[in-house]
Amino acid sequence: MILTQASPGSAAQVAEFSNTMTYATMLVLVVAMIAFAASFAARRTQSIDLRQREPALVGGAAVTAAPMPTGTADAGPEPDPDEPGRRAGNIALSLSWLAFIMLFVAVVARGIWAGRVPWGNMYEFSLTSALAILGVYLGVSTRRDVRWLGIFVIPLVLLTLGLAITVLYTETQQLVPALDSYWLVIHVSMAIVCGGAFLIAGTTAALYLIANRAQRPAGGPLSKLVCAVGRRLPEPERLDRLSYRIVAFAFPVWTFAIVAGAIWAESAWGRYWGWDPKETWAFITWVIFAGYLHAQSTAGWKGRKASWLAIIGLVAYIFNYFGVNLLFTGLHSYGGV
Amino acid sequence: MSATDFTTHADPMDRQVSAPGGLGPIGWLRWMWRRLISMRTALVLLLLLGLAAIPGSLLPQRTSDSVAVSNYFAEHPDLAPWLDRLGLFDVYGSAWFAAIYLLLFISLVGCVVPRIGVHYRTWRAGPPEPPRRRSDDPIVTGDSQVLLDTAETTLRAARWRVRRDGAHVAAEKGYLRETGNEVFHVALLGLLLAIGWGAVTGWHGNVVVRENTGFSNSVSQYDQFTAGRFVDEEAISPFTVRLDSFDVEFDRDPVQMGTPRLFDARVSVTSDGEQNTEFLSVNSPVKVADAKVYLIGHGYAPRLRITDSDGTVVFEDSVVFTQEDANYTSAGVIKAPDATPQLGFRGLFAPTAAISEEAGPHSTFPGPDNPVLFLSAFAGDLGLDDGVPQSVFTLDETDMEQLGLQSLAPGDDWELPGGQTVEFLGFDRWISVKVGHDEGGFWALLAIVIAVAGMTASLFIRRRRLWVVATDDGVSVAAVQRGRSASVVDRDELLRALR
Repeated sequence: MILTQASPGSAAQVAEFSNTMTYATMLVLVVAMIAFAASFAARRTQSIDLRQREPALVGGAAVTAAPMPTGTADAGPEPDPDEPGRRAGNIALSLSWLAFIMLFVAVVARGIWAGRVPWGNMYEFSLTSALAILGVYLGVSTRRDVRWLGIFVIPLVLLTLGLAITVLYTETQQLVPALDSYWLVIHVSMAIVCGGAFLIAGTTAALYLIANRAQRPAGGPLSKLVCAVGRRLPEPERLDRLSYRIVAFAFPVWTFAIVAGAIWAESAWGRYWGWDPKETWAFITWVIFAGYLHAQSTAGWKGRKASWLAIIGLVAYIFNYFGVNLLFTGLHSYGGV
Repeated sequence: MSATDFTTHADPMDRQVSAPGGLGPIGWLRWMWRRLISMRTALVLLLLLGLAAIPGSLLPQRTSDSVAVSNYFAEHPDLAPWLDRLGLFDVYGSAWFAAIYLLLFISLVGCVVPRIGVHYRTWRAGPPEPPRRRSDDPIVTGDSQVLLDTAETTLRAARWRVRRDGAHVAAEKGYLRETGNEVFHVALLGLLLAIGWGAVTGWHGNVVVRENTGFSNSVSQYDQFTAGRFVDEEAISPFTVRLDSFDVEFDRDPVQMGTPRLFDARVSVTSDGEQNTEFLSVNSPVKVADAKVYLIGHGYAPRLRITDSDGTVVFEDSVVFTQEDANYTSAGVIKAPDATPQLGFRGLFAPTAAISEEAGPHSTFPGPDNPVLFLSAFAGDLGLDDGVPQSVFTLDETDMEQLGLQSLAPGDDWELPGGQTVEFLGFDRWISVKVGHDEGGFWALLAIVIAVAGMTASLFIRRRRLWVVATDDGVSVAAVQRGRSASVVDRDELLRALR
């Protein structure tokens, strides 16, 4: 607050600092990505035979004590400290934490410069989204060994940041009066966190499909690549469970984001729901992820079809951001590009 | 309909339903009903609902922007009537959209109601009998009755539902998962009802109010008014709202240039014979009687005086101009039908005026630092007597002759070639206001909050079962939770307690 009242010169310095921090973050992320790539390439590939594991408990045979893998709940097998590429993975993970802290500083600086929460336009939203993607990934990494996932997540963070600084960058900082509400903080921050979670869940769902495909012998050159990647991934069931857990976490948050938006819309526009394009696509995204959660317990849908739903849900979320902001005119057109 | 749940009873909704052969109409109905309430059908309907919502975001909708719909008709005269026949300009009110969500909700009721019964019976029945022993179940050696006692105490202390038998202890936990699941789906039904109730009992109107004018809450006073089926439009609560003043201040900091900092409409509200002064602002509506008044937009209304060549004042009023850009370059039309000849003006008002090669006259700041009114004057027949209703924002120039262009600062006047005079007296501000009555919102919010609580329970609570069974030289401990290993953690904890 004090800084916003300072002379324009020092305010510009804060903005410049934020930008410098963003560039530095990207640099760190590039190094992290290389380390993740080295780590992933070094992973043991799993032979096809090894992956023909006994199927998980199926169907109505519920009332039997199942052979359960020992170890901590849900986390899968204990990480193997001698796993090749583990050291590179550790370095990459540390660099990701560093990048997260740096990007956090950049976002805070941007907020201080703007004198409000730093998500008033697409540039700032993208910046914060990149932070959220990294945050969700690192959050998952504290509970599970997901070093193998870094090589897929970091490029997406870099892409988000790259789009932000090139295409979406804006100097002008007009905030529509309707945005000046504490519901903005709740609504948008929840939407951003969900964006991060949906992206990670969509990625692991896509990886599930790849790992699943890799269980069959490779054919053409593309399927050779798919199999090369897929055989370095954890078992498909683990990927599937991970997607499910992340969506299960994000879905109630997404619901609350929509509700907070509806409460805000009620006081700003006089109606809590009006099928504005942004609202419509938020609803569509909600429906798809609701479908995903249900599909995971529907015979014939679990696994492959459900994973496709997670991917489609992610696409709907991304479309709601880029497509609706840039193509449609609606009450949510705050893009400022 | 819960996700990744284990059930003692094979999911009643997930049964493969085979088509009946020669069962007659009742059999067919039963078969169709089973189909409808199956999880797969519900899932397909859910996804269909998402798919059906898409066209409403791509095409203009009457409910949100009827002007855009008219424009679409003008641009696509062949295609638009067909789209209209399919209800694509009112997707969310169309029969096919309603058909999808009603089928979905029927399917949901058909799925959830039996499950409530099943769940209740499961809960009443308590933990089930232990499964057949498996060779890999861990064993604790010792006196089996003592171990069973310890297991029972430990599990009860950890708030498991426990059933002790002579030869075993059966324990179960996490019934709230299914309860939450059912609460979620029932609450969604409540949400639909709340929204429906709000739609049939609600009304809302939009009106533009200039400073020192007002409106009363009756259908005729609104520029646009919509009411639900159960609303008696003659009986909406009587009150009046008058705009005393409207203050807006814009930030001048180079970074935040033009951002509104203060945004207050002072209104006098008269309801039930009582007059109150209220402050209306964006994001903070004013409650009057059973309605809420929302500030939706604002703008400038230049005030003009038009005098005929004989000195008679034929027009003196402020005219609402609509905002064209973020800096409030505003456009409007002024009509003086009482002038001889009739006069019409196209106007562009810039609160902080500038003229550039590319943009022409425009405003560079939303506040009135340098207000200038750019006028283009026309004389002739305004075409108002044709009986065809005309918008106040359009000027029909067919029978008019352009007289010239002029830019005016407040206080300036402009003498037209025919001896008539236009004076730019200054400007008022106007606000656009939405007045609405909604009975469904509160219930919808309540329903969704309950739904989220139920959903969270169903996603995060895990249902687990443990059995401790007496053996010849101790007990064996078995655990089950389908697809997850949480029960194993519970089992290992219990094993530690027993050993």
